[in-house]
Amino acid sequence: MPSKSRNHQLRARLLLTVLGWAVALLVFFPILWMILTSFKTEKEAVAGIQHLIFRPTLQNYHDVQQRANYAHFAWNSILLACGSTLAALLIGLPAAYSMAFRPMRHTKDMLVWMLSTRMMPAAGVLAPIYLLFRDGNLLDTRSGLLAVDTLMNLPIVIWMLYAFFRDVPAEILEAGRMDGAGYLREIFSLLLPLSMPSIFSTSLLAIVLAWNEAFWSLILTAAKAAPLTVYIASFSSPEGLFWAKLSAASTMAILPILVFGWISQRQLVRGLTFGAVK
Amino acid sequence: MSTVRLAGVTKSFAETVILQGVDLTVEDREFVVIVGPSGCGKTTLLRLIAGLETITAGDLWIDGVHVNDIAPARRGLALVFQSYALYPHMTVEENMAFSLKLAGVPKAERRKKVEEAARILHLEAFLDRKPKELSGGQRQRVAIGRAIVRHPKVFLFDEPLSNLDAELRARTRLELMKLHKQLRATIIYVTHDQTEAMTMADRIVVMQRGAIEQIGSPLDVYLHPVNRFVAGFIGSPKMNFLPASVAEVQPGEATIRLRNGYSFAFPFQQDGAGRTLKMGDGVEFGIRPEHIVLDHTSGFRVRVNIVERLGGEAYLHTLTEQDEPLVVKADGDTPVQEDESIGIRINLPRSHLFGPAGDAIAWPAKQE
Repeated sequence: MPSKSRNHQLRARLLLTVLGWAVALLVFFPILWMILTSFKTEKEAVAGIQHLIFRPTLQNYHDVQQRANYAHFAWNSILLACGSTLAALLIGLPAAYSMAFRPMRHTKDMLVWMLSTRMMPAAGVLAPIYLLFRDGNLLDTRSGLLAVDTLMNLPIVIWMLYAFFRDVPAEILEAGRMDGAGYLREIFSLLLPLSMPSIFSTSLLAIVLAWNEAFWSLILTAAKAAPLTVYIASFSSPEGLFWAKLSAASTMAILPILVFGWISQRQLVRGLTFGAVK
Repeated sequence: MSTVRLAGVTKSFAETVILQGVDLTVEDREFVVIVGPSGCGKTTLLRLIAGLETITAGDLWIDGVHVNDIAPARRGLALVFQSYALYPHMTVEENMAFSLKLAGVPKAERRKKVEEAARILHLEAFLDRKPKELSGGQRQRVAIGRAIVRHPKVFLFDEPLSNLDAELRARTRLELMKLHKQLRATIIYVTHDQTEAMTMADRIVVMQRGAIEQIGSPLDVYLHPVNRFVAGFIGSPKMNFLPASVAEVQPGEATIRLRNGYSFAFPFQQDGAGRTLKMGDGVEFGIRPEHIVLDHTSGFRVRVNIVERLGGEAYLHTLTEQDEPLVVKADGDTPVQEDESIGIRINLPRSHLFGPAGDAIAWPAKQE
């Protein structure tokens, strides 16, 4: 029966739409709540649901700025996120190129090994890394944390670029070789322009990951090199009960990356689903 | 002068042998078509000549220069890929000029050469377009243009027409033949399509399982295939093969008998070079559909199964009394109907005999 099946289809689509919105709202709710809380007074903040309607105030933002210099932390976050992404690309691009186009017997094993470094909990290498940093005078330095962020992102960057490069038709690069392009020409005149969208989405993901990195930042930095994750954390321990101020600090910390993610969401989605859609 | 010479060229990947001792000489300005079923190693052979794969054993000379270890770009060859492999981020002009740019040719000269190629290929109007804005046929021409601008010693084509529709393929085939004349170029062309091989080649190289089966002019390969594989591969529709046995061997003549009792005498000389026949040997009798004629007086009866009418001609798919398939070519307006029993006569001088190992034993036409 055509009308019945059409009805059925309509209902299924409606259900999916409702489900989609519900999931999205569920995921976004904590962020929304945090942003709302940041505009409340401390009393309203702890009161709970009955204060859904309130008079917004900027007092929290003022207080937070009084206690810590947001710009300092934000600058560190930007430097670390962009710097580590750039470094990971510089190392990851040649690595992914060689593995994708000149694979050897153990290339596959090497890829799995690189990914395996991400499977171990970070706490497992806490002591050795801390000692290395202490003895190398790297504690609370931007370059030290930059190195850790880079190493942390490197497997993901290489994996993504490897997968993207594998999708580049080999014949185009071979045509380049017939035309007289050496390796550098091949990479800079053909491969990079061809994979710009992929490199872009890889960078976006690496930036977001580095921006959100908290574990190592909290352990290895204190003030000078501390990024925004440390800035938020600094509000949580001594003033754990001041939810409104904590929310204001968190909102400010995620705002840049949220805006950034919003603008680039299309590329980001492409990057996150890489390999899935062919 | 542009010649290519291969001697004992072998290619293997790990344990798998792709090409086994290939010997081939391509003369200056010759149009050589390498043809064979997929997986026969023809594309690998082309890639070895181009330099995209390394030669495992054997030697390759281009214009008398040993080029085994010379980089692809410095061999002076141009390769047109099956997928065209155009640079998607460059315009048609940039695509064609890329090799010249890398070679350091000044901009004005580049422009001149690209325009000249564009004129030959009717691409003048598309120079500023990107490949994705072009049709399949236009992309194909850009790929050829990219080869032309370099004035290569030898053009290598890897199944360049396989992505085109039938009509465009037929037209491009003619264009390529014209281009060959116009550029006076040496061309090595790989295809699995025997029609392309027959129509374009000066010489055909038939390959199977990594080895060359036969080299010859299209007509030579068509009329005198050296074995059953070549006989079956060249010609469309395929040659008919009927099982037969040797009934009698006399000096200068062998009589073979088909399973329906018909027998034919073939001129045959025991030559001691493997071509020996003795009574009772199982052989195969080969005859092309176009070398069978309808003759209602003939006692050689076959039953028509399907009539395939192409307009100008018709192919009758018939079965012998032993249910062996036999295709017969007839006039387009033949009154023959399906399920009819018809009499046929075989043009014996055009028939072939293949021994137990598949090698051609006798070509009656040659001895006539």
